[in-house]
Amino acid sequence: MSLLQYKSQAVAKPYFIAAIGLFVGQILFGLIMGLQYVIGDFMFPAIPFNIARMVHTNLLIVWLLFGFMGAAYYLVPEESETELHSPLLAHVLFWIFLIAGALTVVGYLSVSYERLTEIGGNNLLATMGREFLEQPTYTKIGLVIVVLGFIYNIGLTVLKGRKTAITIILLTGLVGLAVFFLFAFYNPSNLVKDKYFWWWVVHLWVEGVWELIMGAILGFVLIKITGVDREVIEKWLYVIITLALVTGLVGTGHHYYWIGAPGYWQWWGGFFSALEPLPFFAMVVFCFNMVNRRRRDHPNKAATLWALGTAVMAFLGAGVWGFLHTLAPVNYYTHGTQITAAHGHMAFYGAYVMVVLTIISYAMPLLRGREVNPERAQVLEMWSFWLMTVSMVFITLFLTAAGILQSWLQRIIPTPQSFMAVQDQLHIFYWLRELAGLVFLIGLGVYLYSFFAKDKPRTVEVGETVETVKTVETQPATF
Amino acid sequence: MSQFFTKSMARNIFYGGTLFSVLLFLALTFHTTWTLPKRDHRENLTEQVARGKHLWETRNCIGCHTLLGEGAYFAPELGNVYTRRGGDFIKVWIKAQPTKVPGRRQMPQFNFTDAQLDDLVAFLKWTSEINTENWPPNIEG
Ligand code: HEC
Ligand code: HEM
Ligand code: HEM
Ligand SMILES: [Fe+2]
Repeated sequence: MSLLQYKSQAVAKPYFIAAIGLFVGQILFGLIMGLQYVIGDFMFPAIPFNIARMVHTNLLIVWLLFGFMGAAYYLVPEESETELHSPLLAHVLFWIFLIAGALTVVGYLSVSYERLTEIGGNNLLATMGREFLEQPTYTKIGLVIVVLGFIYNIGLTVLKGRKTAITIILLTGLVGLAVFFLFAFYNPSNLVKDKYFWWWVVHLWVEGVWELIMGAILGFVLIKITGVDREVIEKWLYVIITLALVTGLVGTGHHYYWIGAPGYWQWWGGFFSALEPLPFFAMVVFCFNMVNRRRRDHPNKAATLWALGTAVMAFLGAGVWGFLHTLAPVNYYTHGTQITAAHGHMAFYGAYVMVVLTIISYAMPLLRGREVNPERAQVLEMWSFWLMTVSMVFITLFLTAAGILQSWLQRIIPTPQSFMAVQDQLHIFYWLRELAGLVFLIGLGVYLYSFFAKDKPRTVEVGETVETVKTVETQPATF
Repeated sequence: MSQFFTKSMARNIFYGGTLFSVLLFLALTFHTTWTLPKRDHRENLTEQVARGKHLWETRNCIGCHTLLGEGAYFAPELGNVYTRRGGDFIKVWIKAQPTKVPGRRQMPQFNFTDAQLDDLVAFLKWTSEINTENWPPNIEG
């Protein structure tokens, strides 16, 4: 018997599985790069650093998009109290997206990048070769088609059903995601203008519209696991996303300090981006508040842990580590150093990786036909939470240490040293980062394993009472 | 939050605040675009510079290097490499890659023609002349 309120919610499952699969690939390429940082010619010239990097970052973005789409397909029918407009379209788009993504990665790894620009449509419209936007122009066009089809499907479902703040906010975030991606097609030969609008994709995604998507997903999961009144949760959500956009839009200016834009951005960008931690702080207060006010103890302990963890780690990674280098006098020295990498890692992990893992943790058991996961599976999942989260904290700390030294030796002391000379002195931190990365991989392994873990059979003494929740755990899972 | 602060009030603040921020950001963007010609010296942005940027992109230099502090952190900053090293060094350097020094970070061989190398250098020279508010702090980038 299905536990889904609407059977079309089931289309979310392949999206979540694909997301997790690509996540594994992302981490493997991260570890390759981590080694190349210390053993410079590792795998060269088979996989040069830049190729590993585009696989790592593009897989990240693609699997997060899979996660967001899965989240939307799962939560929108339930919120709207109606079946999804077209489950068939969702399935078709899934395969188009997966095949386009896989082909792109194969392209990165099998032909030279120069060749890829030729076969990837870059001569038609030059969009490639910029950080995070390395995908062939054809892939970008494919992505636009997939996202538009997805928004059409979700949009019609929202329109025909009950409209809640959560679905409205989610839809606004998704439309924003699509609109800002269009700037990926704008690539003037003037580097300053190119950079200026490049940030409309990158910054306005992660510090703008993605925060709306994140808020909506967190809000939905919190309603489900705490049973707190929707009115309260939705009011909070509006406050959070107001803070996000009011600080984050003009906050884009923290990327305009040194790229040729006018100097006044040091004030505009500094002031508004210094306030950007506020929405993340509000999310922490919100999540803990709701869990403390809970009206029921949801048996999915792991999902609750992921939800609280998301808020805390997003605040640390985006809020605290972002604030660290966002003021112009600091950024002057830290711009484009390992400090940036430290922040990029913890922010992406804390906010977007974790929110996707939160919705997967909540929805996947139901999609697999169980009320909640067996006790042992949940324990393993919580172990993986701690392994991945703690190792990400350490990755961040090691990169921060490397970044402070780098800024110091290369940019602050009176006899500045060259980039390569400085890198040679940072090896110890890069080795430690790689070690922490390996622990992360182990955590990810435990995470994967938790999907297949069953409870060990227990012997029960005559007369001993066994908690009743246990019964649901013995149901077979369908994957 | 109390009864006095309702969900619809929160929603209206969201719409109002967002609209205000969008307009402010667009106004600043408009002003920036208007003042840029003085800062990016686009009178020097020749066909050759544009070709150089195209080579920069189609070889994905940004996947290892930063340019004006943005990109990857694996290899030296190149926004000011023209000032640091000069055009001739850059050409010789690119031709001589990879160094094949064991254990050292490697840069690929791109097999550029001499004309292409001139284009790349023109792009890096133009980039080094952008008014970046005195960034980077020193010549090491
Ligand atoms: C796979 C990574 C990689 C790619 C891609 C790459 N480089 Fe490099 N580059 C390096 C590394 C590493 C160094 C420093 C090597 C050393 O010092 O031994 C370097 C050094 C340089 C230098 C010398 C900098 C200095 O201050 O001495 C220049 C100039 C340069 N690269 C230009 C380019 C250009 C132009 C491109 C694109 C056509 C490019 N690189 C692509 C890795 C890369
Ligand atoms: C979840 C939200 C966030 C994510 C995912 C994120 C991610 C990133 C990434 C990946 C970069 C590097 C971009 C590049 O490669 O050039 C970056 C840069 C930066 N971020 Fe964030 N960020 C977030 C939130 C914030 C916040 C809230 C602040 C400020 C309080 C902030 C401040 C900065 C600054 C100043 C830089 C530029 C670093 C430099 O000069 O090199 N970020 N961010
Ligand atoms: C677990 C092991 C990991 C290792 C060893 C690793 C390593 C690396 C390395 C070496 C880079 C390139 C830095 C450079 O440009 O020089 C990088 C970039 C990046 N990685 Fe990872 N990574 C790991 C996990 C992750 C995870 C889990 C995430 C997502 C949350 C992530 C997100 C990113 C991002 C966003 C960038 C671009 C950063 C920027 O431009 O500032 N990585 N990673
Ligand atoms: Fe930003």
